[in-house]
Amino acid sequence: MKMPRRTLFWLPALGLSPRIQAAPATETLHAWNRLGFGPRPGDLARGGGWLELLEQQLQPQPLPTALQQRLDARPAVNLAERVETFRRLQRQQRAADETPRRELVRQALHEAAEARLLRALQSPNQLEERLVDFWFNHFNVFFDKGLCRMLVADYEARAIRPHVFGRFRDLLGAVAQHPAMLFYLDNAQSTRAGFQGAGGSRGLNENYARELMELHTLGVGAGYQQADVTELARVLTGWTFRPRDLQFVFDPRRHDAEPKTWLGQAVPGRGRAQGEWVLDQLARHPATAQRIAFKLGQYFLADAPPAAAVQAARIAFLASDGDLRASVAALLRHPEARDPALQGAQFKSPQRFVISLLRACALTPSDWAPTLQALRGLGQPLFGCVTPDGYKVERSAWLDPEALARRAELAARVAQRVRLGAEAAEQLLDTLGPAIGRAARSAIAQEPPPLRAALILGAPDFQNG
Amino acid sequence: MQLNRRHLLLASLPAALLSPRARAAGAPPKRWVVVLLRGAIDGLSVCAPYAEPSYAQERPSIALPPPGTEGGLIDLDGRFGLHPALGAMQPLWAAGQLGFVQACGAPTSSRSHFEAQDELEAGTPGIKTTPDGWLSRLMADQASGVQAVYTAATRPKLLSGAASARAAALPGAQRAPERPALGAALDRLYAQDPRYAATWQAAQTGRAQMASALETGQSMSGAGMDPRADPTADRGAPGANTLPATARRLAQVLRADPGLRFACVELGGWDTHARQGAAQGQLGGRLAPLGRGLATLAQELGPLWADTVVTVISEFGRTVAENGTGGTDHGHGNALWLLGGAVQGGRVLGEWPGLEPAARFQGRDLAVSTDYRAVLAGVAARHLRLGDAALTQLFPGFGGRPLNVVRP
Repeated sequence: MKMPRRTLFWLPALGLSPRIQAAPATETLHAWNRLGFGPRPGDLARGGGWLELLEQQLQPQPLPTALQQRLDARPAVNLAERVETFRRLQRQQRAADETPRRELVRQALHEAAEARLLRALQSPNQLEERLVDFWFNHFNVFFDKGLCRMLVADYEARAIRPHVFGRFRDLLGAVAQHPAMLFYLDNAQSTRAGFQGAGGSRGLNENYARELMELHTLGVGAGYQQADVTELARVLTGWTFRPRDLQFVFDPRRHDAEPKTWLGQAVPGRGRAQGEWVLDQLARHPATAQRIAFKLGQYFLADAPPAAAVQAARIAFLASDGDLRASVAALLRHPEARDPALQGAQFKSPQRFVISLLRACALTPSDWAPTLQALRGLGQPLFGCVTPDGYKVERSAWLDPEALARRAELAARVAQRVRLGAEAAEQLLDTLGPAIGRAARSAIAQEPPPLRAALILGAPDFQNG
Repeated sequence: MQLNRRHLLLASLPAALLSPRARAAGAPPKRWVVVLLRGAIDGLSVCAPYAEPSYAQERPSIALPPPGTEGGLIDLDGRFGLHPALGAMQPLWAAGQLGFVQACGAPTSSRSHFEAQDELEAGTPGIKTTPDGWLSRLMADQASGVQAVYTAATRPKLLSGAASARAAALPGAQRAPERPALGAALDRLYAQDPRYAATWQAAQTGRAQMASALETGQSMSGAGMDPRADPTADRGAPGANTLPATARRLAQVLRADPGLRFACVELGGWDTHARQGAAQGQLGGRLAPLGRGLATLAQELGPLWADTVVTVISEFGRTVAENGTGGTDHGHGNALWLLGGAVQGGRVLGEWPGLEPAARFQGRDLAVSTDYRAVLAGVAARHLRLGDAALTQLFPGFGGRPLNVVRP
């Protein structure tokens, strides 16, 4: 078995004991699998231990010129104009040809997919990309709900991406005020009882208020009651966006100005300040810290994440007032995070599987349609989780017989489509290093050379990460 | 890559599966199809209590007009009416093959979709840690081989557990080209892997059984229909609009393979917080294909329908009162639907608590007067002839009496 070259590196720069250490290839692989979406050709050969790669990843670097140029080459989108066009085409939907509307939706999906997948495949800032995936999923919106089709790319770019190494409170606030979330969970339409809107008398809608506590912050077992949901919905009346330019506004006419009691306290302040106060409380709540730490632990480490590492993240979250870089760093710097028992023990989600496969082959599609189709077929369409809880990460959510077979088939199809031959198989074994174990390597070596690349990508070992 | 069928049939199927009839000796097999409506469907619009004055009062823009008026309900029993978009199911009601249990639900009260769905699929209200689904527990004592089929892209919790390998995915529209050599090589690779060998084997067994069923099964509505060529059925779309096509394929495999006793159909899109609509609109637009799909299933099952029960269930109901945005929020009691030739239908069952504020759960939602487990246990007891001990395993902690909803 050909192993990647072990690289020596100095630890003093990290403030650790000054002795020469070589990172085992398995640890390098673990870092690429968890801090990123899996190794590309050459990544493992450069070596580096978990901590070294982690410290690099915690400080994102400027993107390589070629990637930046491809991202910049995308035409600028005037969101307000586009939404207006979408609304017009929607109104005409029954009477007219549906093709223009479908084309607009396809274009919007492909733009959002390109912004996400191009970076996942090529960005050296892999941890940032995994965190974008994590936080989008935590604050999930569903592409195919009405206006969300036009807004998802902007939501990711403005509400999620800028905050993944920032403060949780800022992230929470950006989400709360983005038209995609305001529309998806209906808060844009929620008003005080008796408000006279364009369509007649309006009133409360508690959809967002419930999920804000249940999914975005405290968690369902945190002890709040139905009355707290209703009161929070009243607090958030008036949080909406202007249809004209999609800017967040607080509309005092829609706001319920009567006193509110929430989680046993009178809500202080008036108007918009009440909502901001509630977001402050939620962002600092110990139940939120626990929930975020646990979810990060599940995402990066294991279905039942090591308790001490989760504890470290929880403490860091609370001590830093929700600094997400500090929280993630505390989780991943913890010795339990690089426990050899965790290595290769996660069953990749379909999205992780597909992205890791494309990375291993150094493939960047020019047309995203087949990739999006593949993700649909595996049950995890990009931006396609209908419900606000986002996709699960646990093995039990993704591992079933049919799913396993479909993944192996997909791998074989990719190998076929890009005509991976015998040389590509050798290259893949180099790229993936210890990801493809001894037993699989010798079994694959028994098979005819033209099948080997497909077998590596379809192998049981590559299902894990 | 589709594995070569001949290779699979010869190499990997237990002998018993090769002759399904061998397993079907004696009485005709009983089938149970569970339809999960994810997102909490508004049962007060499905089986609407139009005779209650507060129904229309509390729902000024979404209450359905009474029977006999334009866009009005289809009368069921003088008290309740069927949503007009469900007209395709009216003949089933008339034939006594459709019934509802109103004010049905869990004895616990979660208004979280995700918690409530998990608990519903586990069959253990209030207990989050149950690892398996109740339909999977039902398969545990049955013969080996694939016994259940599911329609979603991934296996639902309802079918997870010790017997999960006995559940297979309903084959979809798209089939990759065959590559027998690669298929056989993957078989060898997976056979030696301690983590995935059994799962891989289960996939191949399930696929072979499904493929065989699709090949031998006849469509009721026309020869020559190739269910694998249906372009609309498998786009991963969660909505009900795919159901008629899915129902045809489902019926075809059920008809062909007497070993298939259970099916799980999942449909999303019922969380109507805003602009729910009345006779027409969002909810009506989703109910119409659901009703057509269920009617299609009845028709396509042909003679099997007589021995089939379909239960349509959702995690909880929605608020009695319309909210401020023309929709409804998360509630409590709901209507559970029962269909099938084996059902004692034509009735709206369950004690009706009424919609008056004092009768409501926490003053806002339809109360629950029938534990959903009483209905499901009733199906298990009368339809599948499960004894008391088996019922206790099916719904641990449930001490109530199974409801008589199925012909004995």
